[in-house]
Amino acid sequence: MSTPAAAAGPAPGGTSTTEPLVAYLLGLGDDALVLAQRLGEWITRAPQIEEDVALANIALDLLGQARVLLTRAGELEGAGRDEDALAFGRDERDFRNVCLVEIPNGDFAVTTARQLVFSAYQCELWSALRDSADPVLSGLAGKAVKEAAYHRDHATHWVLRLGDGTDEGHRRMQAGLDRVWPYVDELFAADDVAAHLAGVAVDPPSLRAPWSAYVEDVVARATLTVPSPTWHARGGRRGLHTEHLGHLLPEMQHLHRAHPGARW
Amino acid sequence: MSATTPRAPGVPEVSRATGTPRTPHGWPLWEVFVRSRRGLSHQHVGSLHAPDGAMALRNARDVYTRRGEGVSLWVVPSSQVLATTPDEQDPFFDPAMDKAYRHPTFYEVPEGVEHL
Repeated sequence: MSTPAAAAGPAPGGTSTTEPLVAYLLGLGDDALVLAQRLGEWITRAPQIEEDVALANIALDLLGQARVLLTRAGELEGAGRDEDALAFGRDERDFRNVCLVEIPNGDFAVTTARQLVFSAYQCELWSALRDSADPVLSGLAGKAVKEAAYHRDHATHWVLRLGDGTDEGHRRMQAGLDRVWPYVDELFAADDVAAHLAGVAVDPPSLRAPWSAYVEDVVARATLTVPSPTWHARGGRRGLHTEHLGHLLPEMQHLHRAHPGARW
Repeated sequence: MSATTPRAPGVPEVSRATGTPRTPHGWPLWEVFVRSRRGLSHQHVGSLHAPDGAMALRNARDVYTRRGEGVSLWVVPSSQVLATTPDEQDPFFDPAMDKAYRHPTFYEVPEGVEHL
C-alpha cells in the first residue's frame, strides 16, 4: 500500500505505539460516527424544522470528526482500509464506540440528555487533545473543540428550557437524564489503550472532574436531579455493545455493502 | 396588535429555578439579520421560529450562517416589527418617484470606492 500516513507524519514514538493509537482513534472515531448516525435519524422528525436543521448540523460536525479519525486509523493500521472500509465494512464486534452513543434516540429529551453528556465530554476531550503529540489528533482537536462547544451550548439551552419549563417537559427531561446516566461511567473509564499513549491520548478519568462541574451546574439550574444509576454500561471499547448497535449498523452500512464503492 | 405572544399551554408563569417572571413562551416568529462581514450593515435574511431570543440566535446560526455567511447575527421578534401595508403604498412611496434630483446620479463615482 502507498503510505499516505507519511504525509501526515509517522506515529509518534514509532511502531510500539501504533497499535494502541489505531485502537484509540477507532474508539473516538466510532463514537462520532455512531452518534452522527443516531442524530441523523431525527431528520424530518424533529419538533420544529429549525431543530431539524440544528440536529443535522451537529450530526455533520460529528461525521466530519469521524472521517478524520477513521482515515488516520486506517493509514496507521497499514492494511489498506480507508474511512469507508472502516465505517461500512466492519461488523458490530469490531466497533469501539461507547454504548452511550448507540442507544436509541427516545423522545427529544432523551436525545437532549445524551447530547449534554456527550458534548460536555467532547469539550473536555478535544480541549485536552489540542496538546497531543499526534499531529492529526491535535489538528483535529483545534477545530473540533469549537464544534463541541456549540453542541454543548445547544444541549444546555434545551435542558434548561425543558427542565425549568412545563411540568411535562420537566418530567420528560428528568426521565431523559435517568435513561442516559448509566452510560456516563464508560466515558471516563480507565483503559489500557490510553495508558500506552502518554502524550498522545488523554487519560479518560482525568476528564471527569471538569465534566461533572459543568453538567451538574446545568442540571441544577434546570431544577433537575443528577441521577444515581444502579448499574453502569461497560465494554463498548472492547466491542461488547448493547443490542441497539446491531440494528443501527445494517441501516448505516446497507448502501455501501450492496453497492461497494458507490459514489454520488 | 398585541405586543406579547401567547404563552404556550401549561408553561408556568414564573421560572421554577429563579422565580422570575417568564418572557412569553411558545414558539413565536423571529426576524433574522446577518452581517456578512465587518464594515457592512446587518441585512434581513429571513425568519424562523424559536421559543425565546437565545434559542432564536442559535437557530439563526444553524439556518442562516452554516456556510460561513456571517460574522454577526441579530434576531428581532417579528411581533415588534411595524410595517407599512399595501394600502399605504401610494401615500408612502409615490411622492418620491418624480424627484430625480434626490438621486445621487449627478456625481462621478471615484474609482475603487466600494459599497456605494
